[in-house]
Amino acid sequence: MSAIQIIPINWYILLSAVLFTIGVLGVLFRRNAIIIFMSVELMLNAVNLLLVAFSTYLSDSAGQVFVFFIMAVAAAEVAVGLAILMSVYRNTKSTDIYMLNKLKG
Amino acid sequence: MIKLVWLVPLLPLIGFMIIGFFGKKLSKGLVGTIASGAVLGAFAVSLGIFFELGGQTEKSVTIDLFSWITAGKLSIPFSFLVDPLSSLFLLIITGIGFLIHLYSIGYMHDDEGFSRFFAYLNLFVFFMLLLVLGSNYLIMFVGWEGVGLCSYLLIGFWFKNTAYNNAAKKAFIMNRIGDLGFLLGIILIFVTFGSISYNEVFEQAKHFIGDNSVITAIALLLFIGAMGKSAQLPLYTWLPDAMAGPTPVSALIHAATMVTAGIYMVSRSNILYTLSPFAMEVVAVVGVCTALFAATIGLAQNDIKKVLAYSTVSQLGYMFLALGVGAYTGAVFHVMTHAFFKALLFLGAGSVIHAMSGEQDIRKMGGLKKYIPITHLTFLLGTLAIVGFPGFSGFFSKDEILAHAWEHNKLLWFLGVLGAAMTTFYMFRLYFLTFKGSFRGTHDQEHHLHESPKSMTIPLIVLAVLSVVGGLIGIPEVLGGHHYLEAYLKPVFEDSSLRLVHHLSHETEYILMGVAISVMALAMYFAYNKYVKNKTLPANEGETLNPIHNLVYKKYLIDELYENVIMKPINFIGEALHKVVDNQIVDGIVNGFGSMVTGVSGVIRKAQSGNIGFYVFVMVISIVLILFTQLF
Amino acid sequence: MITLLLIFFPLVAALMLLLVKGEQVKKIALGAAIVEFAISMFAVFQFQKNADTQFELNYAWIKSMGINFHVGMDGISLLLVILTTFLVPIIILTSFNKQYKNPSAFYSLILAMQFALIGVFVSLDGFLFYIFWELALIPIYFICLLWGGDDRARITFKFFVYTLAGSLLMLAGLIYLYQFTPNHTFDIKALYAAGQSLDVVHQGYVFWAMFMAFAIKMPVFPFHTWQPDTYTTAPTQGTMLLSGIMLKMGTYGVIRWLLPIAPLGVEHYAHLAITLAVIGILYASTIAIVQKDFKRLIAYSSIAHVGLIAAGILAGNVQGVQGSMIQMLSHGVNVVGLFFIVDLIQTRTNTRDLHSLGGIRNVNPQFAVLFLIVLLGSVALPLTNGFIGEFLLLNGVYQYSAWMAAFAGISVILGAVYMLRSYQSIMLGETNALTSSFAPLTGNEKAVLVIICAAIIAFGVFPKPLLDIVEPSVIKLVDGFNLAIGK
Repeated sequence: MSAIQIIPINWYILLSAVLFTIGVLGVLFRRNAIIIFMSVELMLNAVNLLLVAFSTYLSDSAGQVFVFFIMAVAAAEVAVGLAILMSVYRNTKSTDIYMLNKLKG
Repeated sequence: MIKLVWLVPLLPLIGFMIIGFFGKKLSKGLVGTIASGAVLGAFAVSLGIFFELGGQTEKSVTIDLFSWITAGKLSIPFSFLVDPLSSLFLLIITGIGFLIHLYSIGYMHDDEGFSRFFAYLNLFVFFMLLLVLGSNYLIMFVGWEGVGLCSYLLIGFWFKNTAYNNAAKKAFIMNRIGDLGFLLGIILIFVTFGSISYNEVFEQAKHFIGDNSVITAIALLLFIGAMGKSAQLPLYTWLPDAMAGPTPVSALIHAATMVTAGIYMVSRSNILYTLSPFAMEVVAVVGVCTALFAATIGLAQNDIKKVLAYSTVSQLGYMFLALGVGAYTGAVFHVMTHAFFKALLFLGAGSVIHAMSGEQDIRKMGGLKKYIPITHLTFLLGTLAIVGFPGFSGFFSKDEILAHAWEHNKLLWFLGVLGAAMTTFYMFRLYFLTFKGSFRGTHDQEHHLHESPKSMTIPLIVLAVLSVVGGLIGIPEVLGGHHYLEAYLKPVFEDSSLRLVHHLSHETEYILMGVAISVMALAMYFAYNKYVKNKTLPANEGETLNPIHNLVYKKYLIDELYENVIMKPINFIGEALHKVVDNQIVDGIVNGFGSMVTGVSGVIRKAQSGNIGFYVFVMVISIVLILFTQLF
Repeated sequence: MITLLLIFFPLVAALMLLLVKGEQVKKIALGAAIVEFAISMFAVFQFQKNADTQFELNYAWIKSMGINFHVGMDGISLLLVILTTFLVPIIILTSFNKQYKNPSAFYSLILAMQFALIGVFVSLDGFLFYIFWELALIPIYFICLLWGGDDRARITFKFFVYTLAGSLLMLAGLIYLYQFTPNHTFDIKALYAAGQSLDVVHQGYVFWAMFMAFAIKMPVFPFHTWQPDTYTTAPTQGTMLLSGIMLKMGTYGVIRWLLPIAPLGVEHYAHLAITLAVIGILYASTIAIVQKDFKRLIAYSSIAHVGLIAAGILAGNVQGVQGSMIQMLSHGVNVVGLFFIVDLIQTRTNTRDLHSLGGIRNVNPQFAVLFLIVLLGSVALPLTNGFIGEFLLLNGVYQYSAWMAAFAGISVILGAVYMLRSYQSIMLGETNALTSSFAPLTGNEKAVLVIICAAIIAFGVFPKPLLDIVEPSVIKLVDGFNLAIGK
């Protein structure tokens, strides 16, 4: 029995739910694009945590492999996302997302 | 000779093509020669056919040229039918056609459209020959509309004049109204009999069992066509206007040949009419009404050609009266004699107009007798023929019609005699005002008065002779003569005459004849009394007339009536449909769909606020909602 | 093979044309169109005069969905192919005196249009038909949009959306039928069988879905409002393509697809549809009478003519359908002639307003004669091509309903009214300042009019060769239709 399994699965679920909710709330209520970005990362990692936990409990390594994929994609996404943010910032001199409403219908 | 019948229409067609394509390069003499030569050639062939047909026992020969239209069981060959009726019409058309071509060489000599005129004239003869030669209704229709086209072209011959153009357009459109009836009649014939060739249709019609109303419908539809082409009530108003064309055209197309196409059609379809007493009644009533109505208008006109035009309408009415009372031979007989004397009168009028330097108003003429003796004499003979002076051609044909009318219905006879009296009056009025008395025109006109050239007077003389003696081929039995025409046409009307029994005692016929002659003499006396003895002149423009006279002089305001009751409403409806229905309602609905989409999207687009926070919020809420609906 | 050649030769030519620059592009386009015409004539001579589909080719295309590249021609298709290949060179020739900007694109689009049109007329697969049907819309859209007159963007857009909406309904109908094919295929025979297996209610749905598409294309009242604007605004060659050939897609669609697929639906709704068509005939004719713009007048007269064609087809008898085939050809030729005359007048006088013209005949009698012949063809005078079709159509409609034929026949009178009226106000009377300098016709203008006039008279006098091409196919079609509705 590994160290991870000592702690009951419910705690992991709870923790990742809390992290995820914090992420969602961050996305919903913060105006700064960078913070929103970090909140998104938090949500991703909450899911990662859950994946790892389940993978260990079920002794199925597929979950952990999946986590690596997500991390790799997330890294790429961060690179692209930050680049976009940089150019937004250069154009608007702000990272406030409420300034970005040019696509209003 | 009969086998060569295709030559008859082909020659004028070739003439048309040569003159049409190369007319500008040919000299006037050559153009005239080609055009008249083509018609003369056709006349020669027709003459051959006429006598060959008279000599042989087989009276109806069909000559197939090629297959024209086929669609399923509908099969229409382009083929000709030579029988007594068509061969007689061939003679009339090509014979009078030739004389009028000859006349036109002189009459149109100074016109810049000389070659165009002869091209049209030849084309007309071609179509007219198709009309009478066709062996089925559709070929007749081809000729029918073709002569309408030529009539349009020739009425509007001087195309710079808007009034002439309007007259031409009116003629074409009024004819088209009739043509629609004719076309529907043809289709109904096809639907009923499965064929439109004369031989098959008449053969089946003879043994037709079943609802007679189909036959009546066919007969009436065809008659609508005849009303348009032969200028019967209510479609007659184009014919007086058609006098806008050059005078030889009025003589050939609007008096001698084209307008009698309706009579040809009805007598060709005689069996269909005989089978439908109701349709015959309609024909007779329309005919007699037209005869009277047009005659009254003729009493008050002052334009020499207009008088003759209304007289033509009236005479056509007589022919339909004849058809309606079953006197098919009489109708054809009258077509023939009318062709002689009316062509003569029109050409005579043309000669008068020529002499008067274009003047057509009889109030400005008078005393022309001594200036243009040949025209005068021939015109007088024509007048005597049309009024039915005993011994002249019109006498025999009119007498035959009136006798049959008496037999059919005494009222029809009475109205017919009344019309004849009016005819006598206005014709002599015309004659007296033109040739008797003293000259009333300008000094200039008087100076120019001259007899027409030979090419114009020769046709006049020939036609005058024909008008005098033309009736001799149809002397009624009661006068101890032999009705050659009836014998010749017998095969065509055989089936009808079996069904229509004619019997009139000799005494009655003598009495009828006597009445007709005395009425004519009386009318002649009245005209003499008024216009020669008392030297009355028709009122000038602007003088007040009594209301009835005025109404007649204005032609009962029928043109104005049509204008206000038909043309104006159509224009109004057209405008309304265009501006309101099409642009507002129909297009409005279409555009309404477009605006609806725009409107809805205008509402929906508010959701697209551009606010990222809002999008995320909606996304989260939606996910939560979906989870809830999935879980619970 | 010849079918493939007919379809793809114009496409190849169109693509090649894009590479060519300068003046000779016209000549090359004309050459290509003439070659295409020659190919079609070759097909005519190879054609056996029977009801079979000939020159048939069937390749699998999208196997999983049962879509084949299935093409072939029977008499009905062949006649419309002839119409297309005959008119396209004429249409190209009419543009010879014009200087369009970017000519290689212009002529390329015309040939691309021809490619799609031929495709429509030879397709024997529902999906393929739909593809070509939509493909035909693209070149004409650009022709109208890029070279059209005032307000072209709005009008072209409306035209595009309108016809596209109709096409989508047709697609829906085809997919609906596809559900009922045994092996899930779009093959024409299978679609016929599928359609005929439905009951009258469901055939009614299919009828309306497809009829809408065809009715908009023709157009039939009340789906016509895109047409006068589009015809008036499009460049002359675009108008000719639209009126001369493209509207025949609609009438062809009714014959090839609607009658066999939904015979019961047709029978059930024919009365309504024919009534609409006849109303359209009278409606458009009456409106044409009051038009002052000659081009718009012809646009409305075209609605009237097409209304009669539609009525004749829906009457569902041999005379009606055969009349419609002949009339499609005649109308195509005549309307191209008329629009060309409009163009000639407009380029010379800068106006199409009937009231400001007049007296051209005094200046140019030759033009007057040619115009008159085209006009007579259009008013269906006997011995012109218009008469054959009109007579057969009225005959067909009469067999369906005498009253309908009587009302439809009124267009014969009204047609004479508006055509003679416009002829009078354009050609007759006194010459005025605008028309006095009416330039003589150039060689190729004369050539176009002479070809058209020759066709008008030739097929009025000898329509037999054309009638013979279509007759067996039409009889087969109508027999099938009558069998399906149990007559």
